[in-house]
Amino acid sequence: MKVVYVNEEWCLGCHLCEYECAFANSGDTDMVRALKDREIFPRIRVEDGENDVHFAVNCRHCRDALCVKSCIAGALSKTEEGAVVIDREKCVGCFTCVAVCPYGAIMPDAEGKAAQKCALCTDNLMGEPQCVKHCPNRAIVFEDRG
Amino acid sequence: MRYVIIGNSTAATFAIEGVRSVDGEGAITVISEENRPAYGRPLISYYLYGKIPAARMNYRPASFYEENRVEVLLGARAERIDPAAKKVVLADKREIFYDKLLVATGSRPFTPPVEGLETVTEKFNFMTMDDALALEQALAPQTRALILGAGLIGLKCAEGILHRVKELTVVDLAPRVLPSILDEEGASLVQRQLENEGVKFALNDSVLRFSQNVAHLKSGKKVAFDVLVVAVGVRPNVELVRDAGGEVRRGIVVNERQQTSIPDVYAAGDNCESFDFSTKQNRVLAILPNAALQGECAGKNMAGGKAAYLGGAMFNAIGFFGSHIATAGVYEGESYVERGENTYKKLFYKDNVLKGFILINNIERAGIYTSLIRDMVPLDSVDFDVIKRAPGLMAFASKVRGEKLGTRRER
Repeated sequence: MKVVYVNEEWCLGCHLCEYECAFANSGDTDMVRALKDREIFPRIRVEDGENDVHFAVNCRHCRDALCVKSCIAGALSKTEEGAVVIDREKCVGCFTCVAVCPYGAIMPDAEGKAAQKCALCTDNLMGEPQCVKHCPNRAIVFEDRG
Repeated sequence: MRYVIIGNSTAATFAIEGVRSVDGEGAITVISEENRPAYGRPLISYYLYGKIPAARMNYRPASFYEENRVEVLLGARAERIDPAAKKVVLADKREIFYDKLLVATGSRPFTPPVEGLETVTEKFNFMTMDDALALEQALAPQTRALILGAGLIGLKCAEGILHRVKELTVVDLAPRVLPSILDEEGASLVQRQLENEGVKFALNDSVLRFSQNVAHLKSGKKVAFDVLVVAVGVRPNVELVRDAGGEVRRGIVVNERQQTSIPDVYAAGDNCESFDFSTKQNRVLAILPNAALQGECAGKNMAGGKAAYLGGAMFNAIGFFGSHIATAGVYEGESYVERGENTYKKLFYKDNVLKGFILINNIERAGIYTSLIRDMVPLDSVDFDVIKRAPGLMAFASKVRGEKLGTRRER
């Protein structure tokens, strides 16, 4: 299936993906209104290190996802295509998933009451992963690598 | 092929999925003592707390059993396994024949022998939805509640019912709360927070005897109460397998394929032992992710697949009134500690691997630590100075990171 992949050699560390992610999942149609003067809680996060190393991390949509196996509520599941998705109506915010994800790619949401994760922009109105679409250096791609 | 599963919680649900991932045809029968579809067992405290309504507690969508063509016998109790005739005999004398059997019977609350316990009329366990509903019925704004046990179950129950009662006291023999997962310092932080919410503690203490609605403690204190919750621990339900001649130690003994010593009988979940790779010993790892992984493994193997469950480690994520705690592994070796006003972090490392951690109110990306323990990642292969402060992928070698972020991951 197609998943978001990241090539750190191309990442500029601009964090634009984080803003695009936060906007895509804000439910708002105006980026300024959605993000201005607000703390953002994107589902993709850029790590910045020494020697100008930067890379973005979001859900790897593991084939045998530990978060799905660990969810106490059955809120995390796999779609038929293989994407890992969360039903936030069922999530009670125990964050067991946060404590098992080997990539640190699932996190508390803005209110801290439920977990949030990348669903490849299938759970918003964008239609395609916005982090990929707006990455200025094509460091983030949406590809089928098995 | 006839698959029969005794029990209907986490291990059973994942076993159904495991069977169906290999065999779409065979008949699956689930023998469920509880009179409802599988639900998230740990959710019962969240239900009482008001965080989730009963209608959303189902562990799988309503169509799950039908879609997987599973016959569920609700309210049915398995009384005996007859391995020679390959059948399960129910309490109502029905006989269910199997080709492959999974015993996923979990555990049950342990009731300590305390003098006068029989004189307490309003006493409850806190394990099942029925327990939670019965407890809910007994609570009123004037209720004084007493909980025996300051472990995971006792304290989640305390969180769940505190706002529904007038007074709540928790008694435990141990000198600290959550003694199985926290050290002294972490426990005192959690205890302080719970006390601020209004929970009273009698630690390092125990009930010598009950006389109806009064608990006489060893310390000499007397605690008057209206409702008692017993949450001192659980015992694995091993009897069905033991009585059928299967090997049992502290839990049911299984191999890597989740097979018991009885042919065609498997076991998974809180009733069986697994290999704890952090202590290098077999023990009962009564945690939900373990039940899921074992159940799935058993299901696949019952259907003729080739799955192995190689072991796990102790792991818990829990929280109270908005706090978040994650712990894993064993607490031995050297340690790295960070303290804040309401946060605590302690990492334990030894022999070049991370052995365990305690994280209180700083659980973000904790799964990266868990993976270091699980994968026994040599600490000299990562930048430990970086990762000990904040879990991240930056601490891994560039090549390793490239694989994590650039290839499809199995797990």
